[in-house]
Amino acid sequence: MQKLIGWIDERLPIVNAFEKHMSKYYAPKNFNIMYFFGSLSMLVLVNQLLTGIWLTMSYNPSAEGAFASVEYIMRDVEYGWLLRYLHSTGASAFFVVVYLHMFRGLMYGSYRKPRELVWIFGMTIYLCLMAEAFMGYLLPWGQMSYWGAQVIINLFGAIPVIGDDLSLWIRGDYLISGVTLNRFFALHVVALPIVLLALVVLHLLALHEVGSNNPDGIEIKKNKDENGIPKDGIPFHPYYSVHDIVAVVVFLFVFCGVVFFFPEMGGFFLEKPNFEPANPLKTPEHIAPVWYFTPYYAMLRAVTIGMFGLPAKFWGVVVMGAAIAILFVVPWLDRSPVKSIRYKGWMSKLALIAFAISFVVLSYLGAVATTPGRTMLAQVLTFVYFGFFILMPWYSKIDKTKPVPERVTG
Amino acid sequence: MKKILVTLVFAILPTFTLASGGSAHLDTMSPDLADQPSLQRGAATFTNYCMGCHSMKYARYERVATDLGIPLDAYEENLIFSDAKIGELMTIAMAPGQAKNWFGNPPPDLSLEGRLRGPDWLYSYMRAFYADPSRPYGVNNAVFKDVGMPHVLADLQGVCDHKPEIGAEPKVDSLSGRIISDGTCESFSTEGSMTKAEYDETIYDLVNFMVYMAEPSRMESESIGKWVLLFLIILFIPAYFLNKEYWKDVH
Repeated sequence: MQKLIGWIDERLPIVNAFEKHMSKYYAPKNFNIMYFFGSLSMLVLVNQLLTGIWLTMSYNPSAEGAFASVEYIMRDVEYGWLLRYLHSTGASAFFVVVYLHMFRGLMYGSYRKPRELVWIFGMTIYLCLMAEAFMGYLLPWGQMSYWGAQVIINLFGAIPVIGDDLSLWIRGDYLISGVTLNRFFALHVVALPIVLLALVVLHLLALHEVGSNNPDGIEIKKNKDENGIPKDGIPFHPYYSVHDIVAVVVFLFVFCGVVFFFPEMGGFFLEKPNFEPANPLKTPEHIAPVWYFTPYYAMLRAVTIGMFGLPAKFWGVVVMGAAIAILFVVPWLDRSPVKSIRYKGWMSKLALIAFAISFVVLSYLGAVATTPGRTMLAQVLTFVYFGFFILMPWYSKIDKTKPVPERVTG
Repeated sequence: MKKILVTLVFAILPTFTLASGGSAHLDTMSPDLADQPSLQRGAATFTNYCMGCHSMKYARYERVATDLGIPLDAYEENLIFSDAKIGELMTIAMAPGQAKNWFGNPPPDLSLEGRLRGPDWLYSYMRAFYADPSRPYGVNNAVFKDVGMPHVLADLQGVCDHKPEIGAEPKVDSLSGRIISDGTCESFSTEGSMTKAEYDETIYDLVNFMVYMAEPSRMESESIGKWVLLFLIILFIPAYFLNKEYWKDVH
């Protein structure tokens, strides 16, 4: 074994790579529970890739055959139902862990210098993931697949001048059809996964270059021992690999509980109208995107007035796009002298709590039908959401901070 | 800080209560997929009364027979009326074009109806037909207004002479605690061959069968799921102690 490794290592630096990224990658020793979600998202990614490959073997990407082939997988393919539920639950689980992972970043200032690129690559992964999920959702070719895609693609139509041609170009037809399904299939199973994997590699390379942040927001590299090893660092392998195994088991327990017992998750993971094949002539009563898109959908619907001669729908799309785009520039909005929420003052804490609440409530509002009261609440919360970012340069600067310790705590 | 948080939570709470309050009131029914005799009776009712017009084209006869514990030859003899082979999909011969002329809309495929509409809806719907001379087939439905479907089970239930109140609070005799009426039909313009209790049970079995059909893997999934969760609980023990062992010297 040792000989084989030596033989390969002379030709390919595998030992060096393993040391750099695992056994001699020094991570702060004070990671808490919020630090599990990065490795868990890797786990879910692998799950999506493997189950996705096997689903592709029996799936038929045509308007005539897609719905029936999914039922074929559910009924005739050995353990096909399991592959499909792993994949459909995995999609939702991906967003659960990614949202928690991102929230961790916001809590502890993991986007701050020198980790701006880590954050930007991460945000690009998130963007790519949304595209991947959106296109994947069309593939079962159920009613909600069809009408959900219809609503989202029509949003591009709100852009002045080029809008209609743009949505026509995306669909490849005057309405969503087999052509759209085929191109979404190609993008979902080939193009986007390649981009996603490349971005994950970049995200990790950038992270391992600058080193991980921690709940105290302290740079552990500032405090090194005589061997040049950070005093508060600990080799990722084996310490965090065994740590992550515990998290993986707990995560899988919840995940498998959903997969085997509640794959529909009360209509949030698999929506009821999707048990009916797509019908272009019959619009469902209530079209709602899957839960992970609902905060943005709520913001889109919250915009009810047109401005500058452009319709409300256009400004809704602008708000929706801006809600995602603004996350990219967070590293430059935060002017606080400290990174972690632990040492920030009450203003930053309140802002973060208000932001989290607005995101959760908006995701609820985006899933239910509108009433005037709900629309008003969504409008208020949209302001809260944007306020968190736009006011950040101001409140993070004047906020009273606590002294940051020299070494990591707990 | 905490005060503000509490205030915020209370400010938001009322929006959640608005979420409840669905559309039509329905009777509830909890399927029991382990009850094979019920599923078998449901399969027989479906084949005899529904399959003339409604296919279950994503399912295969053989799978149904196997899952429901019906011997293949018995199934082939009694529950396949066409010349279909046991391994074939449960399609029907009715042409959708003609069906559209007869009913306004072709009768939908029902493979997934148990998941699409859900057991409560189906259980209520099948017990909600009533006489309405203004409709082409002389019946209307209290759950699905102006439905194109005739009351196929009129021979069994009879035809209700008034609009039943599905999902209504049952009226209870305050002295004996007995249910006097539960909103479903009590008086009929045409009598059926079954009592009310027998008909309700027939519909229970039918809906149970349809719920099974919508997701035939459910029972298998839950039985495998138990072992998977048990395995993960056991796996947690070494994982927890391995982690503890490595970290015991880290301060």
